[in-house]
Amino acid sequence: MNSNNRRELTAICILAAVMLGVMPALNAWIPEGQWLHVSNFTINVWGKYLAYGILAISVDLLWGFTGLLSLGQALFFSLGGYMLGMHLMLMIGKLGQYKSELPDFMVFLGHTFLPSFWQPFRSLAFAALMVVLVPAVIGKLFGYLAFRSRIKGVYFSILTQALTYGASLMFFRNDMLMGGNNGFTDFKTILGADIRSPGTQRALYIVTGLTLIAIYLGCRWLTRTKFGLIQRAIRDSETRVLFSGYAAANYKLFVFVVSAVIAAIGGALYVPQVGIINPSEMTPDKSLEAVVWVAVGGRGTLAGPVLGAVVVNALKSWATRAIPDLWLILLGGLFLLIVLFLPGGLVSLPNKLRELRSRLGKKSPDTTPTAVPNASAS
Amino acid sequence: MKILHTSARALLATASIAFTATAFGADTVKVGILHSLSGTMAISETSLRDVLLYTFDEINAKGGVAGKKIEPVVVDGASNWPLFAEKAKQLLEQDKCAVVFGCWTSVSRKSVLPVFEKNNGLLFYPVQYEGEEESKNVFYTAEAVNQQATPAVDYMLAKGKQKFYLLGSDYVYPQTTNLVLLEYLLSKGVPIENIGGGFKKDGSGKIISAGKYTPFGHTDYQQIVSEIKQFSAGGKACVINTLNGDTNVPFFKEYAAAGLTAESCPVVSFSISEDEFRALPAKQLVGQLGCWTYFQSIKSDANKKFVASFQDWLKTSKVDGVKKEGRVTCSPMVLSYDGVYLWKAAVEKAGSFEVDKVRAALQGGLSFEGPGGKVTSQKNMHMTKNVFIGETKADGQFKILKEYKDVVGEPWLKGTFKPKS
Repeated sequence: MNSNNRRELTAICILAAVMLGVMPALNAWIPEGQWLHVSNFTINVWGKYLAYGILAISVDLLWGFTGLLSLGQALFFSLGGYMLGMHLMLMIGKLGQYKSELPDFMVFLGHTFLPSFWQPFRSLAFAALMVVLVPAVIGKLFGYLAFRSRIKGVYFSILTQALTYGASLMFFRNDMLMGGNNGFTDFKTILGADIRSPGTQRALYIVTGLTLIAIYLGCRWLTRTKFGLIQRAIRDSETRVLFSGYAAANYKLFVFVVSAVIAAIGGALYVPQVGIINPSEMTPDKSLEAVVWVAVGGRGTLAGPVLGAVVVNALKSWATRAIPDLWLILLGGLFLLIVLFLPGGLVSLPNKLRELRSRLGKKSPDTTPTAVPNASAS
Repeated sequence: MKILHTSARALLATASIAFTATAFGADTVKVGILHSLSGTMAISETSLRDVLLYTFDEINAKGGVAGKKIEPVVVDGASNWPLFAEKAKQLLEQDKCAVVFGCWTSVSRKSVLPVFEKNNGLLFYPVQYEGEEESKNVFYTAEAVNQQATPAVDYMLAKGKQKFYLLGSDYVYPQTTNLVLLEYLLSKGVPIENIGGGFKKDGSGKIISAGKYTPFGHTDYQQIVSEIKQFSAGGKACVINTLNGDTNVPFFKEYAAAGLTAESCPVVSFSISEDEFRALPAKQLVGQLGCWTYFQSIKSDANKKFVASFQDWLKTSKVDGVKKEGRVTCSPMVLSYDGVYLWKAAVEKAGSFEVDKVRAALQGGLSFEGPGGKVTSQKNMHMTKNVFIGETKADGQFKILKEYKDVVGEPWLKGTFKPKS
């Protein structure tokens, strides 16, 4: 283990301790009103940011490491959310508007019994299995067809976008029995606990954080194996990988399925924290948003996308309250500045600054950039 | 990796943003405005932000609410439903707003509802909606189905119409409205074969959906219009239109192209108000009908004064993003305005900003003489108001044809109208 590695792991440990240990502790034990208190609101929005961070990693695994710009990640994210949402809808029981065992939207549509495909979702374990399985199967099917036909580059992006859009139109239909335009909302309990209580929200936040760390470490390991090398080789020159005797399509399919599952896990953690999932979450522009987070944070690194997701969303949370009329201009400006002056994203900022300093000091750079991603590859 | 150290610092820096201290000013009260100022709903919802800020200024100039000046907290829900929930939490938990005025779409209301219920907040909701909901944390100044759809049908029946074609966008409001209308029409003795658009039945033969539905953003209305043409061939037919937003443009274009007119087969629309005509071509809709609880063309002194002083406010307003030209007033705007005054009256009657006390005052029945006439709060958190039928003119205004006085808002209508036997 080299010193870079050790430093990275130490940093993760410190971050995890602060974010997942100290912050929830301050939320739970310091009474409201004292300056050290972390509010329930803060915990809740950070839980949301971290779930977005998981989505961002899934985008980066495809785009940053394999050169596949998928605009379909919002679909998998939402599917994960919908699968858990089905369980949460059934857990509402008779606490809904209509005081019926059926989810409200079914009563509203005039249904008198639960459709058979909803039945098994009473079990959280089954729902959790579906969170992983449904996106994996759809990812596998779509990926198989796309990669076998050697669909690449912009055509791949367009196809994934069409897939997401098609799915959102399907979910908008009330006939789907997935809540139509309103989707799922008004959740009451998870594992018997009140889903809106500070304690549950805190637990969800910690679970999201731990999942993010596990996924981060898993992806970090994967991208450093021989598999990761081939991944990057596909990104940089797929033809040469093919001529070297590797079945590039299989590698791409594997990455596509893995990132679909990662996105879905993010979505499943997102839904109980924000309290709603509906088809407007699976539109192409939501996928694009995630691509922007990755670009802002730094593609081709794993810390970058998480950083990007957190920074952009925290900025959005703050600006939609502080400057509700100008926040789009602020965010747009930030994206432009980063694309123009910081193509490596926020994570490349320290290196950039060091470079600048050494140039100003008329000294030759003493370190070589380690994590500047190849910004020209696509 | 230095990167992570830096990212740690950045994370903490952004975290501190969220730690905004909140304190009540001694002589102000915080009031939230939760509308979309960007995204697809911005075109409609920005007008509500404007009229709310205008109302606050008007109230503040006269001494405020119970002696306290209103301090508006404006947030942007950005047409993003999870963001609405987050912003609602922020307004209630961080800013401790005494009341929030906001939401347009049903899904945004559904998204914030759990937040208001958990924090025992109070939301004033101003836009026509499907009913089937009655939360103690929402005051619905909005038109219930019986304050828009059923009076419109009454008017058409009085005009001798016998055939009704139901058309809408596929979401909760049109679906519910049409199911209620189906029952209502049957209760008025209209035979089921005179109701057009088609029905969907479940296994037992029970109708679970009535009318024709198209998705958001649908543009091809050729087939539907030719179906309407056939339907209306015998005369005495009309269309009940709950299409949403810009899908109305291709529909009315096709409608005119097929030779259908307001004389041969009038269309009553529930989602097109004066404000929508800032973006829709009014010329294609001339003669078609609208039904709301307010029209800008109401000739009362209260309305004339309201329209004039709102225009004056627009001219002098220094708020970012307020459009000053070509502005009109419409029903959701006036219902927002009425809501603020009802809340003010409730606070002053209760002698407190506490939600439970304010709610009790509202449920006790308070009246306000608004631009659309008198409105009165009801026990079920809805509002009694006047209903108007209007005819579209080329300048995007409505000529008022009929007024129904003091219609009581009733959210639970499904199953209440029994067929005539």
